[in-house]
Amino acid sequence: MRDKILIAGNDAIAEAGIRAGCRSYFGYPITPQNELLEYMSAHMPKAGGVFVQAESEIGAINMCYGASAAGARTMTSSSGPGMSLKLEGISYLAGSDLPCVIVNVARGGPGLGNIAPGQGDYFQATKGGGHGDYRMIVLAPATIPEATELTMLAFDLADKYRTPVLVLVDGVLGQMMEPVEFRDPVDPATLPPKPWALTGAQGRPPNIVTSFFLDPQELSELNLKRQDRYRRIVTQEVRYEEFETGDATIVIAAYGTVARIARTTVKLARNEGIKLGLLRPITLWPFPYAPLRALSNRVKVILTVEMSAGQMLEDVRLAVAERAETPFYGEMGGIVPTPRGILMEVKKYASYDAEDDQGF
Amino acid sequence: MPVMTQKMTKVFERPRSLADIEFTYCPGCHHGLITRIIAQVIDELGIQERTVVVGPVGCSVFVYQWFRCDGIQSAHGRACAVATGIKRVNPDLIVFTYQGDGDLAAIGTAESIHAANRGENITVIFINNQIYGMTGGQMAPTTLIGQWATSCPDGRDAGLAGYPIRFSEMVAQLDAPVYVTRQSLYDQKRIMATSRAIKKAFQYQVECKGYSLVEILANCPTSWHMTPTQANKHIADVVTSVFPLGDLVDRG
Amino acid sequence: MPKGMILIDKERCKGCGLCIDACPQHVLSYSGEYNQKGYNVTWMEDPDRCTGCAFCTLTCPDVTIEVYREISPGRGGNNA
Repeated sequence: MRDKILIAGNDAIAEAGIRAGCRSYFGYPITPQNELLEYMSAHMPKAGGVFVQAESEIGAINMCYGASAAGARTMTSSSGPGMSLKLEGISYLAGSDLPCVIVNVARGGPGLGNIAPGQGDYFQATKGGGHGDYRMIVLAPATIPEATELTMLAFDLADKYRTPVLVLVDGVLGQMMEPVEFRDPVDPATLPPKPWALTGAQGRPPNIVTSFFLDPQELSELNLKRQDRYRRIVTQEVRYEEFETGDATIVIAAYGTVARIARTTVKLARNEGIKLGLLRPITLWPFPYAPLRALSNRVKVILTVEMSAGQMLEDVRLAVAERAETPFYGEMGGIVPTPRGILMEVKKYASYDAEDDQGF
Repeated sequence: MPVMTQKMTKVFERPRSLADIEFTYCPGCHHGLITRIIAQVIDELGIQERTVVVGPVGCSVFVYQWFRCDGIQSAHGRACAVATGIKRVNPDLIVFTYQGDGDLAAIGTAESIHAANRGENITVIFINNQIYGMTGGQMAPTTLIGQWATSCPDGRDAGLAGYPIRFSEMVAQLDAPVYVTRQSLYDQKRIMATSRAIKKAFQYQVECKGYSLVEILANCPTSWHMTPTQANKHIADVVTSVFPLGDLVDRG
Repeated sequence: MPKGMILIDKERCKGCGLCIDACPQHVLSYSGEYNQKGYNVTWMEDPDRCTGCAFCTLTCPDVTIEVYREISPGRGGNNA
């Protein structure tokens, strides 16, 4: 039986990175992710790894680009304004097919916004953000134990598909503490070899890491191959959780911290006889379109709740395609919705429930 | 016709570390010459099998293709950060960046300065030709006052665009760098001096001494609208008066 | 004076003329012969004067020149 320790989200994600066999971390301070960088500065050298506090988020992501090209598991973390700076590097990582784990402890935006939690970086995370045709796996944990699991998974997925993977949490998850039972650490020496890495052209032709191809045919073919890989990710890596959806007539779609709050709303609603369920995307890309589509065939309302102006909402509506009502409830500026606040929104649509029951 | 006699020995051939691919540079461009010198140094130090080339964005964007070494292309200006990442996770590799003035001293100022300030054990080859060649001859941070460029059609005006940046002097102010030097290629003596400087910079890295910067005053006959001969004379007579040659730091 | 000789890869020569400037013996000049890319390539106009000093190849930006030199017995080569 492993020990459970009480640990804050930022520390836990850092520890999970080290346990995943990551031995290089490059970062730049920004609230609310500073503890992650600080944890790495203390613990990465003890694990025999590399910690560099870079000159900027651009510097940090490009150090990751170099470390990843050299074959190392590598990681960086930031928050909204810093993530915007990292997008250049993320596009290059994707364009050069390099694995890398990036953590966004999201805050209120746009611009400098504030340091309170937010989910306004959904578009940036899932729809590109950087230039060119690329995708990035986006994992959105709702608890700290799940954040550690998904951080370790992120490294495996990054290596398997040779793609950057984003772990998207928010300031709540970064700062709060929960008991965590960590998985056993991975020994970096046991990880699969990376024959494409820059290790010195000894006994083999030179390896080149680049996203630069002047010949349109060549660049087109590389893009098509990458899109094939993305299709494989879409078919194999969708992750989501359904809670009390079996008999639900109304379902909340929410991720991360908001999903966690919405679980309480589900319980409150059911105490009042409202058949409320929750669908929680765990992968924001690939997005769980199919389960939402299936739900939309049997529920009347899918209420999306986010700490944004309605970003995941667009994916929900894409999945539902007007087979059900798709209202939205959002808070911005770092305001966190409460279980009762969400319940009040749910009640606006609970009448659909009642009408339906009378009909039978 | 030249005649080969029995007694003749080959005294110069293509360096082994130089791939058998033609350069994409314009006639007379110093980039090719610098690439050849680096390849020769890699041969002489016997480090071809553990060298990684970090390329820039600019005319030398394909620099990794010309070495029989592992190579990586980096985002514009970020080469020193990329080199930091590679070197930190695998210190056995010999890592050098090859960057132009726009890449190193404009868009990449932060990455370049801070890699130097951390004393990363890397070698930075900085090609200063005072122009953005690849994009068609726009003003560079190192463009001379009064020099014509496509984005300063009346010549560089210090009041509008500041002065040519002396990057090596800036780096020389830092405590960490072990070797900072400015060289040129306008005659045989300078070419030999540049070869020695590049060799020293790589040697220091092999000996784990730390960060080296070799700035090379290079030409751009095409964008300067000069013949290669005129360009060499321009470097000797004009450019070196703004960018003085010589070692600025040698703590090796 | 040692005797030398050079071989120029004509197809790689871009006719920049830097080797012509560099040659202390004034051996080289433009040949008036154009390669497939349309460059007027360099040739040894006065090959007898070549000493194999390798200044031409040290200057050549396109690494087109191989240099040969007669090495007299007992003397080490002054390698480029």
